[in-house]
Amino acid sequence: MADTITLEVTRYHPGRDKEPGLQTYGVPLRKEWVMLDALNYVKDRLDGSLTFRWSCRMGVCGSCGMMVNGEPKLTCATFLSDYAPGPVRVEPMNNLPNLRGLVVAPSDFLVKLTKSKPWLIRKEERPLAEGEYLQTPEQLDTYKQFSMCINCMLCYAACPVYGLDPLFSGPAAIALAQRYNMDSRDQGADERMDILSQHDGIWGCTFVGDCTEVCPKNVDPAGAIQQYKLTATREWVKSFLMPWQGK
Amino acid sequence: MPGSAQVLPKMYRTRMSTYWWLGRWPYLKFILRELSSVFVAWFVIMTLLQIDALRRGPADYMEFQEWLRNPVVIALNIISFFFVIFHAVTWFNLAPKAMAIRAGGKRVPAVLIAGPNYIAWVAISAAVAWLLLRG
Amino acid sequence: MSKRSNEPFLWLLFSAGGVVAAMLIPIQLFLFGLAFPLGWLDGPGYQSLLELVRHPLTRLYLFALCTLSLFHFAHRFRYTLYDGLQIKHLNELINTFCYGGAILGTAVTAYLLWIIP
Repeated sequence: MADTITLEVTRYHPGRDKEPGLQTYGVPLRKEWVMLDALNYVKDRLDGSLTFRWSCRMGVCGSCGMMVNGEPKLTCATFLSDYAPGPVRVEPMNNLPNLRGLVVAPSDFLVKLTKSKPWLIRKEERPLAEGEYLQTPEQLDTYKQFSMCINCMLCYAACPVYGLDPLFSGPAAIALAQRYNMDSRDQGADERMDILSQHDGIWGCTFVGDCTEVCPKNVDPAGAIQQYKLTATREWVKSFLMPWQGK
Repeated sequence: MPGSAQVLPKMYRTRMSTYWWLGRWPYLKFILRELSSVFVAWFVIMTLLQIDALRRGPADYMEFQEWLRNPVVIALNIISFFFVIFHAVTWFNLAPKAMAIRAGGKRVPAVLIAGPNYIAWVAISAAVAWLLLRG
Repeated sequence: MSKRSNEPFLWLLFSAGGVVAAMLIPIQLFLFGLAFPLGWLDGPGYQSLLELVRHPLTRLYLFALCTLSLFHFAHRFRYTLYDGLQIKHLNELINTFCYGGAILGTAVTAYLLWIIP
């Protein structure tokens, strides 16, 4: 294996640069390094002005999402040596506004996420005296997969529908709505259905399926959305055939 | 104190290229899958033409069969055949994703939902072939 | 709360059409489009085919096959125009062309199957 590998990294200084550009750096090609190690090497030894997000470096915080050779990846979970002999291109996540360097603005995602009401909604709260809400392992299993989302936004970088139409709620927001819909403790499915059974909700999705491919936590947002479509259709048929059933 | 011009960064947004779907193989596969619907529509048109020729009489039907032998039509039908197979395979493989069927406390694996679809596909195709080949 | 979209109706048609197209089109296209014209297999003669087609069950089968497949195409092609060509602002035109075309095709199918001697 060679000693070094070339990184081509996006630099963008708002106000100073008209548009983002690539800058090259040579970093050691260490067998055990991930992309994040290479970026930190650049920042520590070569160019302190390099700007990127990271935190846990173990795939649970969702901070370090970037495009590596055009694919959405967590840089803490992507081995540098997989790209030997290089060069390897590191760019900010697609479809999200570039704030600076490799950093994107997550604000739109947070708006979409809030829209999904990703919290337990109760029509009536149980009194404290009745104790905690109990849930069997099987009940947990119905939504657990969707609860593994770390909000890394790789699915938004992958989703061409979101890229073409920023009004689209997007994979993670819808998957997380479904996570709560399927939770036995939740009573908010109707409320969420009103919000998400819209063109900018589940019906914008054309099942490209790339979101599921890039998800580092196997959430399968595409599956969540298709299941949601089926539920929405069932509800629609019910309300069409039996319009007298109020909510 | 920094003024608002220094505090609020100028975010850079790229507009997706019209050829975004050529950029990655998963995207191209998706667009090809969607375009299979055009060949489905072509099959319907061809079938309607066939029914029309059939009801007009044996001479018209023979003319229709001659037209089917035209190399351009044959080429179109070869391409269409690959696309409708592509549609069928992607459809049967993706359909289980929409169904979260649970049995015995766990989710039924996708292959157990796709499998019966494939079996039905073969059975139905065999039945149709039998109807048309028995003479 | 906002009224829920009526998209489920179109999605239902699209899905039904997708199943029908997947199950029924390949064999029929293979036989009538390739095997019979190219002489790989002997097709039904004019008389036996006419007798098969004029049977009410066959007419129903062909009606379901053609109309559902057309609505499957309409829905999918509509979204391909949205996303592939990024011409969402031509919404009304796209919907008219796609679903209108499917409705027209349905009418033609019904007419042709009705007037078979």
